[in-house]
Amino acid sequence: MTERTQNEPTSAKNPTTVERRSERELVVTRTINGPPRLVFQAFAQPELFGRWWLPKSYGLTLVSCEADVRVGGRYRLLIRPPAAAEPMAFHGRYLEVTPHARLVWTNEEGGDGGAVTTVTFAEKDGRTLLVIHDLYPSKKALDDAIASGATGGMPETLGQLDELVGDLGAS
Amino acid sequence: MVKYSQPRLDASFAALSDATRRGVLEQLGRSDASITDLAERFHMTLAGMMKHVGILEQAELVTTQKVGRVRTCKLGRRRLDQEAAWLEGHRQLWDSRFDQLDDVVQELKRKETRDDRENTK
Repeated sequence: MTERTQNEPTSAKNPTTVERRSERELVVTRTINGPPRLVFQAFAQPELFGRWWLPKSYGLTLVSCEADVRVGGRYRLLIRPPAAAEPMAFHGRYLEVTPHARLVWTNEEGGDGGAVTTVTFAEKDGRTLLVIHDLYPSKKALDDAIASGATGGMPETLGQLDELVGDLGAS
Repeated sequence: MVKYSQPRLDASFAALSDATRRGVLEQLGRSDASITDLAERFHMTLAGMMKHVGILEQAELVTTQKVGRVRTCKLGRRRLDQEAAWLEGHRQLWDSRFDQLDDVVQELKRKETRDDRENTK
């Protein structure tokens, strides 16, 4: 069940790892060069969050970003893919907010199949070990996410055939 | 993301153009099965089923293994490849995000140091 990839560490850059930890769990890790206090701030303040969440190279435009970071508060991101007229909305709510340590939010744009994302911020020698843990409601929900070819809610087309093959394999 | 090659797509399309073969894939998604099992389930001769399985095998959608006199079929590596490709895409997405997060955090650090300096003046 464990598929794991890791990039080559360089002196300047910390490696990012991705692991399918179980049938329903996906875990991403990375060390950020700054204390949890500041890294948490970059997650919790919408104007800071909006500056890093979309990779520049993906050609996506952040139309708007609202986040009420407290328990029960909601977030809503409007993202326009390249060459698309209509932006896509990503939204959910915060289930846990522990300043400088832990954030838990839901991903509700996909209906019931959405994952619950838990982010933990652990201090290590003045830096932050970030763990992004996605828990899907079922094995099928994660398999479907993989079969769709979209990663992290980013539109990415593998083509209909691969979707069909993925669906057949997942059913 | 990994791009799938044209010959592989052609083989896959051909393999999936038949209702029985799509049914076989669905069946193997639930559990591995022998050619005999599959032939019975789809009401056809052993030879007919072997032909279908052969086409699925060529498209790498199914693998078979013969133990004694029984040939067992299971879903091929194709799905694993797809999962590995997706995980790598997911890793690249987060890697790019984290690079930008690093920049934002560096800026916050500099700002904090500057503010501290001004406060101690």
